[in-house]
Amino acid sequence: MATTTTTTSTREQEEAKNRNIWSGGVSPLKASYGKLMMWFFLLSDAFTFSSLLVSYGLIRYAYPAYEGDIDNFTFSQDYWPVPEKVYEAVPFLHGVELPLVFVGIMTFILILSSVTMVLAVEAGHRMDRKSVVKWMLWTIVGGVTFLSCQAWEWSHFIHGTEQGGLMSDGTIFYGANLMMNQYGPPLFADLFFFITGFHGFHVFSGVILNIIIFYQAAVGVFERRGHYEMVEKVGLYWHFVDLVWVFVFTFFYLI
Amino acid sequence: MAELDETSSVSFEPADKKTISKYVKIAVIMGVVTTIEFVFAIFLPRGPLLYFTFIALTFVKAFYIVAEFMHLKGEVKTLIWSILIPLIFIVWLIIALLAEGASIFSLKF
Repeated sequence: MATTTTTTSTREQEEAKNRNIWSGGVSPLKASYGKLMMWFFLLSDAFTFSSLLVSYGLIRYAYPAYEGDIDNFTFSQDYWPVPEKVYEAVPFLHGVELPLVFVGIMTFILILSSVTMVLAVEAGHRMDRKSVVKWMLWTIVGGVTFLSCQAWEWSHFIHGTEQGGLMSDGTIFYGANLMMNQYGPPLFADLFFFITGFHGFHVFSGVILNIIIFYQAAVGVFERRGHYEMVEKVGLYWHFVDLVWVFVFTFFYLI
Repeated sequence: MAELDETSSVSFEPADKKTISKYVKIAVIMGVVTTIEFVFAIFLPRGPLLYFTFIALTFVKAFYIVAEFMHLKGEVKTLIWSILIPLIFIVWLIIALLAEGASIFSLKF
């Protein structure tokens, strides 16, 4: 781009002004092809995630809500569980009720990794290779930490609490799988696995992309290319993953 | 590492303190909003008002991520609207599926 603009004469500029917008050679959105495609991919991904979250809304609306006092809440197959009573465990603090503490920490870890990503993009604009490498590394650390937290949370959810939950056939079941769920209706567990799993898979692929970008930045691929646009594009994806988690946090864990 | 330093001959501009402090400020705001949500979830009674507050705070965070981190604010207007307008379909989906859920509930219980 830089070479074409410097060689453009005033006559050519005049021609470009008169040229029909549909005859090519103009970029009305002032963004590169790759960045535009990333934006439209993210738009389609936003539809996928919103259909998952809206399905959660539909299924939740189709089940009775818990009506009694929040302090007397017990797990039951008859009504939808209150999320803060389900997600109240924190690693190394066995038996201590800390509702939503762990998931709050996870949210903040992902937000922080988004901040380090934006700093990597900013360093890329300045062609500062060392800073790009440093901030990409921190972003990868944040992503891996988030995934490890989620692995623990899944493990805890699958294995269940010591009390377990009363099934409709009178037996006690511990934990949850796709067919049975101690915390409430089986669909609650199914939606947990699908929504946080689909998001977790996005985080996982984001970490893989980040590692590739980190490596390419470190060996100087982008420096030779003359720009760090790949960092921006993968950055867009990474911020989107953070954005989705903000919505999952609200609609799955808070409400 | 010595080999890396040797090949790095491209000069770069120093970091702009104002840009960095803007990102740090946004990070602090998002941390505070998440803490508020967390405190509200524990101490306030559940109900439509609380849910509305949560959704409003979620959009505050979403605005900062999309506008500042993803730099959508700095793009041309056409790009901003071609990303935002299609999201109107989600509004339709929410209305349609929540009505459907309420209908299933009234048939079952």
